[in-house]
Amino acid sequence: MLAGFFLKLKEHKIPVSINEYLTLIQGMERHVISPSIDEFYFFARTALVKDEANFDKFDLAFGEFFKGIENLIGNAFDVPLEWLRKQAELTLTAEERAQIEALGGWDKLMETLKKRMEEQKGRHQGGSRWIGTAGTSPFGAYGYNPEGVRIGQKESRHRRAVKVWDAREYRNLDGATELGTRNIKVALRRLRRFARVGAPDELDLDNTIDRTARNAGWLDLQMRPERHNAAKVLLFLDIGGSMDDHVRLAEELFSAAKSEFKHLEHFYFHNCLYDFVWKDNRRRHTERIRTWDILHKYGHDYKLVFVGDATMSPYEILQPGGSIEYSNDEAGAVWMRRMLEVYRKAVWLNPEPEELWPYRQSIAVIRELMGGRMYPTTIEGLEKAMRALTR
Amino acid sequence: MRFNGSETYVATDDLNLAVNAAITLTRPLLVKGEPGTGKTKLAEEVARALGMPLFEWHIKSTTKAQQGLYEYDAVSRLRDSQLGDPKVQDISNYIVRGTLWQAFTADQPVVLLIDEIDKADIEFPNDLLRELDRMEFYVYETKELVRARHRPVVFITSNNEKELPDAFLRRCFFHYIRFPDKETMEKIVAVHFPNIKKTLLREALEAFFEVREVPGLKKKPSTSELLDWLKLLLAEDISPEALRSNDRRTIIPPLHGALLKNEQDVHLFERLIFMSRQAR
Ligand SMILES: Nc1ncnc2c1ncn2[C@@H]1O[C@H](COP(=O)(O)OP(=O)(O)O)[C@@H](O)[C@H]1O
Ligand SMILES: [Mg+2]
Repeated sequence: MLAGFFLKLKEHKIPVSINEYLTLIQGMERHVISPSIDEFYFFARTALVKDEANFDKFDLAFGEFFKGIENLIGNAFDVPLEWLRKQAELTLTAEERAQIEALGGWDKLMETLKKRMEEQKGRHQGGSRWIGTAGTSPFGAYGYNPEGVRIGQKESRHRRAVKVWDAREYRNLDGATELGTRNIKVALRRLRRFARVGAPDELDLDNTIDRTARNAGWLDLQMRPERHNAAKVLLFLDIGGSMDDHVRLAEELFSAAKSEFKHLEHFYFHNCLYDFVWKDNRRRHTERIRTWDILHKYGHDYKLVFVGDATMSPYEILQPGGSIEYSNDEAGAVWMRRMLEVYRKAVWLNPEPEELWPYRQSIAVIRELMGGRMYPTTIEGLEKAMRALTR
Repeated sequence: MRFNGSETYVATDDLNLAVNAAITLTRPLLVKGEPGTGKTKLAEEVARALGMPLFEWHIKSTTKAQQGLYEYDAVSRLRDSQLGDPKVQDISNYIVRGTLWQAFTADQPVVLLIDEIDKADIEFPNDLLRELDRMEFYVYETKELVRARHRPVVFITSNNEKELPDAFLRRCFFHYIRFPDKETMEKIVAVHFPNIKKTLLREALEAFFEVREVPGLKKKPSTSELLDWLKLLLAEDISPEALRSNDRRTIIPPLHGALLKNEQDVHLFERLIFMSRQAR
């Protein structure tokens, strides 16, 4: 039976090794747990899953394998609709927001939910039950009731007999969501390539001792160049307009990148790259930098990172004069191609939820210009992007 | 030999289970969780509860794996040799034992804490694989094999600053301390302030969890901040009523500076409260 469980975990892409599986069996033999499914759940998780980002996958796999256990989710509470609508912008995950948007917005969602509710009345009595199963239906996390919206997974309000794995309390730890400066740094670290370059100005203690010993105890000082990250990065940040929602993220990304790379140059642009960019947003109209100058100044071993939502009218990319700011002689696409020809290692990070991309024409255009190298600003996305840059 | 929390430490059932499984099967237990969730304290408490000495190794960004085993103090030896000190003949005089060595050679089972392993270089955990697996290492200078007399109970904590290598993770058990829910938090507060009034505790926790929910905080207040705040509330003799926010005018919890340490967060918080007042 345990072998089947092991395979189930594999099927859910949880990285488990045979060794860990054997440990699980060993633990059962040594009676580290009593024969209860709850204890087995905890022990299996401790022995097999080494990253809380995979807890949610584990919960799903566990639930699937040990199904038959009633899916009893009842810890919900009521909130006024108006308040929730406001909060939604702040607290819903990007994925949830994208789902709502894809459905035609909040009002549409409410309407659809109401309809679903009528249809399901037969099976669910009253307004206190959930619609659909969490994770598979866009309504998973919402139910409708006459006073407003019932939002779930708020543990500890009304604790009920919920199976831990069905409660899926680790959903928001899944690598696809949270991203803070720290996570960004970890991801950026993939780009690290330490090298000793420059003048020898740092005392090499180990070597000094070694040479001194060889020198029969007479001091023989050894110097060496400082070691630092040799990866070179040009960072282009979209600023203003639709990017306002993502200012904080861009800020975090920038500050993380700044501390990680010694050779980091950043530039701002608006929506798409044209013939000039700027470095200080307050002086964007006076202190412009010609894109040509960048192409000439920075060697082709620099890596290019764009951060932008790529959300605009396709004209702004494809037409000369398409920029909303001024009349550009050459289309943004021309400039993008020009850059990408010089800098072969390039990625575009898009803070908009990936689920939304197919609905925005301009995103498709930029993505194509980038040769597909557009990644969401999730931990996973960032890691993929860094991998693409080191390939 | 079972750990079950203690009078001064509240451990949830799943944490106890992880600790005991790690002890029985002699695997290192990797503990992660938000800062202030009791990761470091856990090792201390387990050591105390099981009556074992505790050896602590606090990791910094410059810590090298070798330092946990031993260091060869070549500089002292060089100095002694120039001064003509006879000690210099015996190289073992210059071998400084690290925390692992001390833990390995103790004459009873011990608890070994490797605190904040993610602070060190990315390669650090890999450099300790063999030592933690086989509980032995070789001292090249003196040609001596140091082997653990009793396998220590090993706790490793991480704040998630860096990813840990797979090979390392496969050898550990893993526990993620979730941020305590209200019930657990009440128990934690009770071990620190056994005489706190029920009403004050309830209102304080209510306010605390509300502050944690404020969207956009750079650093959410943790258990330690809650405890600091409660200490202040008690010292200033603040009444439970003063904490209640469900009356018409939402109030800012008194002394909230103890909860929010980051100036930007304090500012954001005050602005939100201000806005919600306006909205009424
Ligand atoms: N479960 C708990 N039981 C009792 N006190 C706790 C608990 N969790 C945290 N604390 C309190 O919070 C403080 C911070 O804990 P610490 O172990 O330093 O956190 P971490 O190492 O996770 O950052 C401890 O000194 C302790 O007073
Ligand atoms: Mg700690």
